[in-house]
Parts: sequence; structure tokens; C-alpha cells
Amino acid sequence: MYMYDEIDQSLVDERVIQFRDQVNRRMTGELSEDEFKPLRLMNGVYLQLHAYMLRVAIPYGTLSSEQMRKLAWIAKKYDRNYGHFTTRQNLQFNWPKLEDLPDILAELASVQMHALQTSGNCIRNVTADQFAGVAADEVVDPRIYAEIIRQWSTLHPEFTYLPRKFKIAVTGSEIDRAAVRFHDIGLIAKRNGAGELGFEVIIGGGLGRTPFVGPTIRDFLPERHLLSYLEAALRVYNQLGRRDNMYKARIKIQVHETGAETFTEMVEAEWAQIRDTAVDLAAGEKQRIADFFRPPRYRASADAEAQLRLQLRDDRNFARWVETNVAPHKVTGYRIANISLKPIGGIPGDASSEQMDAVAALADRFSFSEIRVTHEQNLVLPHVRADDLYALWQTLKSYDLDTPNLGEISDMIACPGMDYCALANARSIPVAQQISERFADLDRQHNIGELKLKISGCINACGHHHAGHIGILGVDRKGEEYYQITLGGSGAEDASVGDIVGPAFPYDKVVDAVETLVDTYLDIRTDGERFLDTYRRVGKTPFKEALYGTD
Amino acid sequence: MSQQVLSANRLNDGLVVYLVADDTWSEDIEVSEVAGDEGSVNALLTRATQAVSDQKIVDLYLIEVAVVGGEIRPTKYREFIRATGPSVRADLSKQNYVPGADA
Ligand code: SF4
Repeated sequence: MYMYDEIDQSLVDERVIQFRDQVNRRMTGELSEDEFKPLRLMNGVYLQLHAYMLRVAIPYGTLSSEQMRKLAWIAKKYDRNYGHFTTRQNLQFNWPKLEDLPDILAELASVQMHALQTSGNCIRNVTADQFAGVAADEVVDPRIYAEIIRQWSTLHPEFTYLPRKFKIAVTGSEIDRAAVRFHDIGLIAKRNGAGELGFEVIIGGGLGRTPFVGPTIRDFLPERHLLSYLEAALRVYNQLGRRDNMYKARIKIQVHETGAETFTEMVEAEWAQIRDTAVDLAAGEKQRIADFFRPPRYRASADAEAQLRLQLRDDRNFARWVETNVAPHKVTGYRIANISLKPIGGIPGDASSEQMDAVAALADRFSFSEIRVTHEQNLVLPHVRADDLYALWQTLKSYDLDTPNLGEISDMIACPGMDYCALANARSIPVAQQISERFADLDRQHNIGELKLKISGCINACGHHHAGHIGILGVDRKGEEYYQITLGGSGAEDASVGDIVGPAFPYDKVVDAVETLVDTYLDIRTDGERFLDTYRRVGKTPFKEALYGTD
Repeated sequence: MSQQVLSANRLNDGLVVYLVADDTWSEDIEVSEVAGDEGSVNALLTRATQAVSDQKIVDLYLIEVAVVGGEIRPTKYREFIRATGPSVRADLSKQNYVPGADA
């Protein structure tokens, strides 16, 4: 894992001291709320529907067991004993007191954590594939580049006040688990014909009010030029950016209005000026960072696979969990274990202090003390020996962390919605819970197969509804909660924006509507087709007719 | 004119509070002072400015309520959730939550 150097540590330590002073001055009235608000936001502190909310950064979704334990401790000591993992690979505390926040930030700093770049018009925390470093299908560990970008962006004087927030995601694999086409900049590491490492660069994707699948503006950027190219892109954005109109200020609108081709030419022209200058990272520095992400010392046992086979044969429930929640690892004898934070009827992404502590202990026992957070609001133990899976699963069971539903309908994304969020139009969580309960039968879910359902409580789309095979968006109809359904979105390598299927449904009808959609799919699917495949084959009509009739 | 109460967040812990007749701020909307005409609404706002300058509260605004059977209920669902707590965590509702009991 990446370890802070002195510069990193003194930066976060200084911020804690500054923030303590700022909170004191706010409490005594020396700072007004108008003066204080931008300062607290710079430290990840929002004022939400019920209370303050602290958004803690989990850079590229990697956590140590020690850090997870600290999060559990903060939840217990300063909050209400739980935290919420978000689609940005962050963790949110829902009830911290302002007067405790300097102490909380100090606790975080003691384990090299912070809440910087979780708010404001800056380059936000860089997200990455949760299987980074272990995926059997990856070219390179994308966290090396996510960390390089983090160091470049954190203190970059030009990019502290961008026209709007700016989100970058990196993956090292063709299988897109990081939704790179829905970010301001998405990077896919790949090798060219000569075997050299580089990136496909995607610019101008995004969700929200105006969703776009980002176009590729460069098929292959040699790895050594990463920072100068990003800098060029950010400069073009910074110059063109519409600071006068919040709805037009994201880079996706610029790319769309300028045209991807012209935008690309502008970036390339800017890049020509600065490539091969000091902006790019020296090879030695790159190696220094890469060394932090060296794999642990794997020690697979010779009969691990044989033992796993026996356990799979003897325990049907275990076999089901392995089938849905366990992924191949690049090292023989190891597996990647996904821990679902979507128990049937539960709150997607919420974890109690006890669950966080349990996962930390399991990481120590089975996964070289390493944990990952996914943008689909689940956790991952990235390095589990095949013959340890059974013991892992047994412990997960006692913490209600063993739901075998990864990628299935009850493994849905849901934003906090109106139960917590001040911007919401409607609730997300109870809709998610009711859908999960409606499809509680695991055999039924399994028969339905991969189905990505995503729910947002407003057009800001934190729940990625546009990218859901089935997307649900909460809207306000004269003070009533209504839900608009979209079909055919995808956040994976086959990215697409979902189509609105028809008029919105009231709160008490939306779960029935989802069931109708699923039943329609089951009726018309052909062998091996996922919901998304069927939708792409037949289009909207059969689903629309099932929901609204034929007239 | 519809009936209104004055709501805000308490500065030190951020929790939702309502202005009470004795100029204190309560987490319980049931004890809040209801204003039914423009004069009393303005009086609520004037009294609250003191709490703002005393650094007691932030983000104050008026919310519409209906008084039904003696109970004060916000007319908008958003405000109902603010007054009662997350609809999905009965254990954390304003009525049930006991600080420290979950630690
Ligand atoms: S999508 Fe809207 S309701 Fe949901 S968390 Fe984001 S801003 Fe809040």
C-alpha cells in the first residue's frame, strides 16, 4: 500500500491544525457561516438534511485493516455506530458534531487518511478498479497511476479552483469495473503492438443532468506522458470553462458543445507545448511510487484447489456464495472475495462498526491486511487463498456479510436519497429495500442473472441510475415522490445511457413496475442473454407495453 | 396564510431544531411556536436573528405545517423526514434515539 512521505503527512497534519482553529473561530463567531462554509467543505464537511456529514476519502478504494478499524472506531465514538460507503469509493459519516470534527480529522490523519478533495471544484479523489493489482485480466496496477495523479493534483496551484468538480477514474483492465466512460477523464491502461504501456484517454463522460458516455480522444498515450497530457486537458478545460453557469461548467458540456474532434485538437496543441518538460514524471519517481504497490508474498498451498473443490461439493450454500461473490485472482491458488453490503432488505452500502471491525480482522487473517471499496458500494478482500475461502465465508455469515448476490438484482446501487440528503427529491433507500425483499428468493435472483439496478434520489445521479440496466430516478411531482425508470444503461465496458421508458410511477407502484420489467425479460430472453442483452436486442417496446399497455 | 414554524440546524452538532415560544431551540417540532399570519411570522424571524448572531444556529428557514389534532406536522415530506429522522432507521428517529446507547 502507498505510505505517506513526510510531505503528505505534514500536509494532513497541518490541515487538522488549521481546521481546529477555523472551527474554534466559527464557534466563537469570529467567522460567519458564509466565511466558514467554504473552509469546512474543503475538509469534506457538509451540512446535510439531519446533521453535518463528513466524507472521508479512500483513495482508489484501497484501505488497510488498520484504517478500517479506525473508521469503525470513529463511527462508534463520534457518530451513530455506522458508516455509508458511496459510489465514489468514499465513506460518509452521517452524524458527526462540528465540535468533534477536528478530533475526527486528527484520528484519520493518524492512519494516513483525510477528507481532502472530497468536495469543491477541484480534482476529486481518483477512483480505480477495485480489483487493481489482483485482477486476472489486468495489464498493470492502475493504483500506481491513480497515486501519481493524486500527488500531481493535490497541490496543483492551477487546478484548485476549476469551473466545476473534476473526476478521474483509472483501470488497468479491458473489463471496466470503474465506470471510466462516465468520468470527466477516464483512463484505460493497455499495451500497444510493440508491447509498450500506455493509456486510452476518454474525456467528457458523466452522469447528472446531462449524461454522456465519454468519447475516446486518444487511443494510445505513452505512459511517460500521462501527466503532461492530463495537464494539457485540464488547461483547455480551465480556459473554456463556463464559470457563469453551473449547469454548463462540467467538461462533458464543453466537449459536447465544442465537438470531440475540435476539443481533441485543442488538447493536442496545448500538449505539444508542454510534453517532454518537467511536468512529466521522472522514471525514478514512477518506480518509487510503483514499489508501494508491489504484490504481497503469496504462499499458495499445493492442495488449495483440491481442498476448495471438496468444500464446494459438500456445502451448497458455500458453493453458491463462491459462484456469485468470488472472482479469479492472477495468482494460482488465490481468489478475490467480494463482500456484499446489500443484505436482503438492508441499506445499500451501510456498514456497522462491528461489521467494519470484522472485515478488518478478516483482512488480517486472510488478505494481507488489505481491503478494497467498490463503486458499487461493496467491499473486497483482494488476496484470499482458495483453501481459506470456507473459513472466511463462515465468519462473514455471523456478521450478515455473506449475501451471495453480487451483480444480481438485489446488489443494487442506491444513493442516500431523501432519508439523508438535502438535495433529494425522493427517497432511494426504501425503494431499494423493497425491491430487495421482493426478489429475496436467491434462486429467483440467480435465474434472472446479472442485472444492474441503480437508484438516485435526484438528477445529480450519485446512484448512477443512467448507467443501470434498470435505472430509477426519484422526482418530485407536486410534493409527491415519483420514480422515473430508464432501461438499457451500462457503466461497464459496453457503456451506455439508459432510455426513459415512460411516465414516472408513484412510490407504491415502482416495485411492481420493476417486477413487471423483470418478468417481461424472463419471458422473452434467449439462452444466455442478460437483461441488458435482451433489451438491446428487442428495444423498449415490449417493456413499455408490459408497463403501460398497448394503446 | 398557511401556518409556519421556524427551523434551523444547531451550529455545534448540526441537528435540526425549531424555535420555541420561550426563544429556546428544540429538536422536537411538537413544542415549536406556530405562526399563522404575516405579523407573527416576521416576529419569529426577528427573534431568530439573535440566535444567528449568538452562533447558536445556522441555515434557518420557515417551514409550512398543519396542526392536526393538536399535532404539528410539516406538510412537505422532506420536512417530515427532517422532523422525525431517516425513515429507514426507526432506531435513529428523534423519538427513539438515545445518544450513547449504540456505542
Ligand atoms: S443523487 Fe441526489 S439525492 Fe442522491 S445523494 Fe446525490 S444529490 Fe443526494
